[in-house]
Amino acid sequence: MNETTQQYKPGEHPDLPPPRNLVGPVAWVRDHLLSSPTNIVLTFLCVWFLIKVIPPVLDWAFLDAVFTGEDRNACRAQGDGACWAFISERFKLFTYGFYPESEHWRVNLAFILLIAALVPILYDKTPFRKYGLYFSAAYPFIAGYLLLGGDFLFLSLTPVPTTQFGGFMLTLVVGITGIAFSLPIGILLALGRQSKLPIIKVFCVAFIEFIRGVPLITLLFVASTMLSYFLPPGSNFDLLLRVLIMVTLFASGYMAEVIRGGLQAIPKGQTEAADAMGLKYWQSMRLIVLPQALKISIPGIVNTFIGLYKDTTLVIIIGLLDPLGIGRASLSDTKWTGLSNEVYLFVAIFFFLSCFFMSRYSLYLEKKLETGHKR
Amino acid sequence: MTAMTAQAATLDDVKARGELNCVVTTGVAGFAAPDENGRWEGFDVDFCRAVAAAVLGDAEKVKFIPTTGKTRFTVLNSGEGDILFRNTTETLSRDADLKLTFLPVNYYDGQGFLIRKELGVNSAKELDGASICIQTGTTTELNLADFFRVNNISYEPVAIETNEEGIANYSANRCDVYTTDASGLASTRAALEDPSAHIILPEIISKEPLAGAVRQGDEQWADIGKWVVNALIAAEEAGVTQANVAELAAAAGDNPDINRLLGTEGNMGEMLGLDAQWAVRAISAVGNYGESFNRHIGPDTPIGLERGLNAQWKDGGILYAAPIR
Repeated sequence: MNETTQQYKPGEHPDLPPPRNLVGPVAWVRDHLLSSPTNIVLTFLCVWFLIKVIPPVLDWAFLDAVFTGEDRNACRAQGDGACWAFISERFKLFTYGFYPESEHWRVNLAFILLIAALVPILYDKTPFRKYGLYFSAAYPFIAGYLLLGGDFLFLSLTPVPTTQFGGFMLTLVVGITGIAFSLPIGILLALGRQSKLPIIKVFCVAFIEFIRGVPLITLLFVASTMLSYFLPPGSNFDLLLRVLIMVTLFASGYMAEVIRGGLQAIPKGQTEAADAMGLKYWQSMRLIVLPQALKISIPGIVNTFIGLYKDTTLVIIIGLLDPLGIGRASLSDTKWTGLSNEVYLFVAIFFFLSCFFMSRYSLYLEKKLETGHKR
Repeated sequence: MTAMTAQAATLDDVKARGELNCVVTTGVAGFAAPDENGRWEGFDVDFCRAVAAAVLGDAEKVKFIPTTGKTRFTVLNSGEGDILFRNTTETLSRDADLKLTFLPVNYYDGQGFLIRKELGVNSAKELDGASICIQTGTTTELNLADFFRVNNISYEPVAIETNEEGIANYSANRCDVYTTDASGLASTRAALEDPSAHIILPEIISKEPLAGAVRQGDEQWADIGKWVVNALIAAEEAGVTQANVAELAAAAGDNPDINRLLGTEGNMGEMLGLDAQWAVRAISAVGNYGESFNRHIGPDTPIGLERGLNAQWKDGGILYAAPIR
């Protein structure tokens, strides 16, 4: 114990390690799990609960699960766990819906391009970001053409009607279109609501309040059934397009209110200062107000995105088969009836992954933009 | 409104489009559901394919429009769908008020009861005091109330929304009895852990004649739908099958019924606005009524429905196709 007896000049004694019972796993356990009688009871209850729940779930999902088989009876014959053979047999249907098999590469390509289009938007240190953003702006049209097909200049792809869209692909199409278009429309509506021009203001307020006053299901019903009565007979207005428009407008209404909240948090001095600098309305909005307002609104915006993304499952009501719809339809296949747990779990995992990604990204963005306004 | 729904010449539209838009369910076991490759299969689906084969000459030229119970009629009436085969009960209000024209009944259904064997109940009349899982907002709910009132016994309803919820509640023992259409009960029973521990009670307490339908106002199109269904039923009665139809249609035989059906005698197809081979194509695409029944919902399938009322009139059922002459 040479060190402890060694003499130091005042103020030069090196920091000693903390006492042993304050660090390490034992201390952590005592600190976090057993710090008071209530905590001790809760800890033991939780442990007991986990012991009760985890092994059966593991057994069901993995150990006793069956991964290959022809039908439900084949599954039952091999084990009494989950019958994942059902999902793997129908994985294509879950992913592409009724999209023709020979054209699946187009969906895959659109998905790869989607990632390429998202990277420059989401990550600001992407090399050649400026050009990447041009690509991102063009992406919706490229993807639209890829998925729909038809003749365009020298290109020619087999046309695929939107009625054959389904599964995860449909969710992504509806979700991403809604997300991509509802933000700009929402910003315009929020600005319009604060406008000094009465017509614009009245229009925006009326629109937002109407959207907020009506459930999405009602809008989808109007889109799928009523519109066909209003339009002249024979005119065929694509069902998916109608749904996309309704979903986008719906999300825009909510988005506008979220952004209005952000706008109201910006002190009036900011706009006044912008005016004093001689900035025009759009300049001051673009350079001063919106960057701050949008930053504050990030949690709300992402919340709306996630809500919209999950709301896409409602399209089953009007007969479009998203993953949940495909799942339900698959359960009606006589070979596989009664396997609802597997289907719902599978779809839940997909939605959880997508939504969790969005929510983590929003946290990352908030941290990155947290420059001096921390409260 | 009437001018719109009375648009005639659906036949011309379908021919011009080269595709039949057929309204089906989003999935009912045995009647319509997509298989692993996204191809629709089922008893109702077969009728869609038969109509496409008769009209367009190709049973694959069908676009299936999956609909829910709420959207099915608007999809048909707005012109998005040409014909509907969707487990739909023919009723007066649907026929008269919703402006539909029903085709011949293709499946006679009725409401039944599923119950655990161990409870020792052999008749629905012994169900006094039972808790019953019932889908809310359906005709089955009203039928159930009527049945128990007429028999002067009581029950405790357990309200559920969907068929899956019904299965879940019933297998978790939250209700003693599950009631819905008998065709649905059979597939529900097949999906349970141990089907042999459950029985379907003999009483059928309602009439549910399931039929295809078209928009009101296009008689020619309604006739085509009607006679394609009749042709499939008549084919079974006359012993024409998917296997022997080509042979029988090659030349006129001794049976004038078969000759008229298969176009080797008379001009039945022409009267419908089709060609002479219409029924031949329909039958070779999906087989006759009995073949389609056995393939999708018959005793050898997991659904395991007996023919019962749906047997030919000669075999004690009530399937009775009007003569093709």
